[in-house]
Amino acid sequence: MSLKSLTKPWQPMSYGFLDASAKRELRRKMLKSVAVPGCQMPYASREVPMARGWGTGGLQVSLTLLNPQLRVKVIDQGADDSVNAASIRRFLALVSGAPVTLDTLGADLIQSRHRIPEEIMREDQILVLQVPNPEPLRSVQPNMSIARQMHADADYGRMWLQLYEQIVRSGRVMQGAGYPSLVNGRHVMTPSPIPRWDVPKLNMAKHLTILSAGREKRIFAVPPYTRVKPLVFDDVPYRVEDHGGLTCSRSTAKGFFMNEIPQVDGSSTYEVSDSSYGVKTIQKRDGDAVQFGETWYNDGEMTQ
Amino acid sequence: MTRVMDAPRIVTTKPLVVVRNVDKNYGSVQALRQVSALVYPGEVLGIVGESGSGKSTLLRMMNLEETPDSGSYTLDLSDVSGNLFELDRFARRMLCATRIGIVYQNPHHGLLMRHSSSGNVAERLLVAGERSFATLRAKAKSALAASEFPLERLDAPPIELSGGMQQRVQLAKAIALEPALLLLDEPTTGLDVSVQALVLDTLKRLQQERQITMVIVSHDLGVIRTVADRVMVMRRGEVVEAGLVDQIFQDPQHAYTQQLVHAKL
Ligand SMILES: Nc1ncnc2c1ncn2[C@@H]1O[C@H](COP(=O)(O)OP(=O)(O)OP(=O)(O)O)[C@@H](O)[C@H]1O
Ligand SMILES: [Mg+2]
Repeated sequence: MSLKSLTKPWQPMSYGFLDASAKRELRRKMLKSVAVPGCQMPYASREVPMARGWGTGGLQVSLTLLNPQLRVKVIDQGADDSVNAASIRRFLALVSGAPVTLDTLGADLIQSRHRIPEEIMREDQILVLQVPNPEPLRSVQPNMSIARQMHADADYGRMWLQLYEQIVRSGRVMQGAGYPSLVNGRHVMTPSPIPRWDVPKLNMAKHLTILSAGREKRIFAVPPYTRVKPLVFDDVPYRVEDHGGLTCSRSTAKGFFMNEIPQVDGSSTYEVSDSSYGVKTIQKRDGDAVQFGETWYNDGEMTQ
Repeated sequence: MTRVMDAPRIVTTKPLVVVRNVDKNYGSVQALRQVSALVYPGEVLGIVGESGSGKSTLLRMMNLEETPDSGSYTLDLSDVSGNLFELDRFARRMLCATRIGIVYQNPHHGLLMRHSSSGNVAERLLVAGERSFATLRAKAKSALAASEFPLERLDAPPIELSGGMQQRVQLAKAIALEPALLLLDEPTTGLDVSVQALVLDTLKRLQQERQITMVIVSHDLGVIRTVADRVMVMRRGEVVEAGLVDQIFQDPQHAYTQQLVHAKL
């Protein structure tokens, strides 16, 4: 018996970069997180050729889910063309042979940092959100083992107190990105630093959302058709950013989440944050045949 | 029911609190030895004793913050039964959060010093499930008013308040949910004598208006004499004597109690 007969044939790299056991770990933890919506599952986060804190959690989930047929879209704060989004997209394509796209409608898998696209996602699509800080209780309970006990007991009094304090001090809830939300009536999660504008999109969404923090080694999920309710007092309504009335200065798209571009004279112009949606609007204006999906917001109002 | 202490037979009401044969050791320190206590609905039980006699330990047991080595604890309430020391963590937390109020000697234990005072009170209500901001504020305000806290400082953080005001915030927090049992661990120790008198007045008034059952710990006999109906004297983890306040103060039986009372007079 030779040593060679006992070893597997040499391969330059595993398919999709991660080795089989790393993927198995991720698949198991994804299944667990789908089984208990909003509950953070610890996982063995691997090294990937990118610094922790730059989307390594999302990247590992995407690498595990990929196959040569799955069409991938990567966005960073709404934009497909930021350096980070472009590098991740190229890397995913390189190690899996998966086709890529910029169009939300054409994507099977969307990895995103800090935004959910404006076009409504379908049942056959998966959204992977990169998460910097998965623990919503961190600001009220720095001791993580106590925080975990609080999740187990659904002990969210301190979280509510934080909102109370904000209203007392500032007259309104100051929490912007990552608004704490109750998933399926049980676990409070941070929906990653998406703006308040995007949180209602998760409620009873048709698509699966997987949230993954590579540095913090936590995965959690919002399965399709799951209740996601931002924590709000009965008599202080949830408010999204005041972007409904704004118009994109480049594409003239109106009623979506905008990026503010400060001008030299002190004023601001706005550009639609979902860059692919903006590009499609411009293409349509130029007479190209483009397809638009239904959007979550119409004229700045949530449709459902 | 088995008899716990030689409770006077004339008392016909059932005790609200029954603590029986509690033992607690911290390593080689015997903090509590076979301690039993009864508290009747609406009465104020005072606990006196020298430093280290186990008063705070007993109160922490009653607040279910700690489990004794042996012994039992029951509360005569419609929604709780059995030995409370055997409840799991979650059930304990819910019971303490809704039915038992506590005021600690050190406000740092009982309060979030950098949150607003009203928020400290509101937290109790939030834990109990109140989700209307207007109701939270109204209830926090009325609890603070009942403990005679100056309402213009409603949203000031305790760290900016005087010791007496901090104790009033703790008291408001403790009574916000109309607790079945109010525990007070040296609520006036460390306060200026005149402030101490004012806080005691508030306690007495609350007791008269709401008939809250209270257990108050103090090493100050004067405090106990002012507010308590019955008193329990502790020494080195043991109850040496218990009885009506007047009885104990006028005719102490145990040598240690005699010493205490005479030193005071
Ligand atoms: N967590 C603990 N670990 C170790 N020993 C403890 C602990 N808590 C209390 N003890 C010991 O138990 C004994 C009783 O303490 P306790 O705090 O109950 O006394 P006390 O009567 O409240 O005194 P004081 O009047 O000073 O507040 C003391 O000897 C104390 O050192
Ligand atoms: Mg003490």
